[in-house]
Amino acid sequence: MEQTNSDLKPNDARTDDWTARLHRATRATREDWLGRGISYLCIGVIILVVASMLWFITSKGIATFTQNHVNLWKFISGTNWSPNQGQIGALPMIVGSFAVTFAAAIVATPFAVGTAIFMTEIAPNKGRKFLQPVIELLVGIPSVVYGFIGLAVVVPFMRHLVGGSGFGIISATFVLFVMVLPTITTMTVDSLRAVPRFYKEASLALGATRWQTVSRVILRAATPGILTAIIFGMARAFGEALAVQMVIGNAAIMPKNLISPAATLTSQLTTGIGDTIDGTLPSNALWSLALILLLMSLFFNALVRLIAKRGQLSHER
Amino acid sequence: MNAKQKDFLATITINVIVAAVVGILFFLLAYILISGLPHVSWSFLTGTTDSFSGAGGIGVQLFNSFYLLVLTMLISIPISLGAGIYLAEYAKDNWRTHLIRSAIEVLSSLPSVVVGLFGFLLFVVKFKIGFSVISGAIALTFFNLPLLTRNIEESLSAVPRNQREAGLSLGMSKWKTEIGIILPVALPGIVTGVVLSAGRVFGEAAALIYTAGQSAPVTNFADWNPMDAASPLNPLRPAETLAVHIWKVNTEGLANNAAQLSAAASAVLIIAVLLFNLGARVLGNYLYRRVTASK
Repeated sequence: MEQTNSDLKPNDARTDDWTARLHRATRATREDWLGRGISYLCIGVIILVVASMLWFITSKGIATFTQNHVNLWKFISGTNWSPNQGQIGALPMIVGSFAVTFAAAIVATPFAVGTAIFMTEIAPNKGRKFLQPVIELLVGIPSVVYGFIGLAVVVPFMRHLVGGSGFGIISATFVLFVMVLPTITTMTVDSLRAVPRFYKEASLALGATRWQTVSRVILRAATPGILTAIIFGMARAFGEALAVQMVIGNAAIMPKNLISPAATLTSQLTTGIGDTIDGTLPSNALWSLALILLLMSLFFNALVRLIAKRGQLSHER
Repeated sequence: MNAKQKDFLATITINVIVAAVVGILFFLLAYILISGLPHVSWSFLTGTTDSFSGAGGIGVQLFNSFYLLVLTMLISIPISLGAGIYLAEYAKDNWRTHLIRSAIEVLSSLPSVVVGLFGFLLFVVKFKIGFSVISGAIALTFFNLPLLTRNIEESLSAVPRNQREAGLSLGMSKWKTEIGIILPVALPGIVTGVVLSAGRVFGEAAALIYTAGQSAPVTNFADWNPMDAASPLNPLRPAETLAVHIWKVNTEGLANNAAQLSAAASAVLIIAVLLFNLGARVLGNYLYRRVTASK
C-alpha cells in the first residue's frame, strides 16, 4: 500500500472536479429555476394589479373625506347629489343600487331554483342536452345587448303599462333579472348535483313524493350552495353598469316609486366620470362611489366565504 | 291537498318556470336577429361611422373589437399561463397561497366598471396615454386574468398525477414536465376556456368606455405600419369597439335610426359571441380527440 505523492495528486484533482460537478446545478435544475422565476413573475403581476387597484381606488375614494373634508355620514345619508354645487349626498344612488339588486335577486331566485330542479331532478336528460346550452347562451349575451333590449322592449312596455317615461327601477329590475338568472341557475344546479345520491334514495324509499324529497331533503341539503349562488347573482347585479344605466333613467334623486327615473352607483359613475376634472370635488365624489362599489364587492366575497365555511361545518357534524 | 296533488302542482309549476326561461331566451335571440339582421349588409359591416350622429357602418368598430381582443389575449394568455402553472405546480398549501387565491377571487368579482375606472385612472389620468387601444387592452387584461388563470389552473390540476410522476422519474425538471407533458394534455380544456373568455372580452363595454374611448377615428386601412397615426394598428389611437358603439348609439346617439343601427350591431355582436361559444366547444372536442386518441 505504498502511495507516492505523484499518485495522489491527480486523484485529488479528479475528486475535486467531481465534487465541483456534483455541486453545480444540472440543466434540469436550471430549467426549474427559470420556470419558477417565470411563474413567480406572472403571479407577482396579478398580485401587483390587485394591490394597486385596491390602493388607487381606496386612496382616490377617501380623498373626498380627507381633502374636501366632507362628513362621511353626510355623504352616506345625504339625499342631494349636485357635486358642482358642493352637495354630495350619495343615498339616492346607494338606495337605487340596493333596490335593483334585491329586486332582481328576489324575482330571479324562484326561476333559477325551478329551472335547476328541472335540470337535476325532473328531466336530467333534457336538462343536459337542451337547457344547459340555453343557460350558457344567456350567460354569453353581452350586457350592452341586454341594455339595448331593455331600452327597445322593456322601457316602452312599462311606459305603456303604467305611464310615465318607462325608465326606472322596475325596468332595471327586469333587465337584471334576465342577466343574473343564468348565474344563479348554473351555481344552483352545481349545488343540487352535489347532494349525495343516498339522501334522495333514502327519502324516496320512505315513500316521499318527488316534491317532498326535493323540498325537504335536496333543497335543504343544498341551501348553502343556493345561498352562495344568490349572492353571486346579487354581486353581478350590483356591479352591472351599462345595461342598468341604459334603462334606469339616470336621475340622481331619491327614488319615490319603482317607475320614476333613478340612478345606481354604477350608472352615476358611467355617466359622470368623463365630465369631471381630476382632483376636484365632483371627481373625488365619484371615486367615493367607486369605493362603495369596491367595498360591496369585497363584502359579497366575504359573505360567500362565510357561507362556505358554515356549510362545511354542518356537513362535518 | 294531499302529497300527490302537491307533487303534481309543483311539477306543473316548475315546468311553467322552465318554459318561461326558455321563452325568454328565444324571445331575446329572435328579437335581436329579426329586428337586426335585415339591416346587416356588406356596406354596414365595412362602412364608416358618421362621427357626429353615430349613424353609418361599423367597419372600424368591428376591426377595433378584434384588434383589442387579439392584443388582450397576447398579453393575458402568457401571464395567466404562468400564474396557472404556479398555482397548479409550485404553490404550497400555506397562508401565502391562500392569500394569492383570495386576491385572484377578489379581482374576478370586481365589477367591470371598477376595472375600467382603474384603467382610466392609471393610463388616462396618471400616465397620460389618453384613450387608446393599449389602455383598453390592458384594462381588458385585468378583467380577463383571474378567469383565465383559474381555468388554466383547473385544466392543469385535472391531469392525472401519474403523468407528472412519469416526467419527474425520467429526470425531467418540474418545469419541463409541466410544459412538455402536462400542458399538452390540459390543452383542450385551456383552449375551450380561452375561446370562451374571448367571447366575454369581445362583448365587454363597461371596462372600455373610459380606457379605449368612445370615438373611432377613421383609419387608413392601406397603412399597416403601427407607428403611423392613421394606421389601424397604431396602439395609441382611441378605439371604440362594437359593444361600446351599441351603448353610445343608444345613450347619446343622434342618429334617427338609432334603434335599427343598434339592433343590427347587436345582431352582429351576438352572432360573434355565439360563434365563439360554438368554436370553443368544437375546438375543445377536436383537440381532446387529437391529444387523447380517443373517439
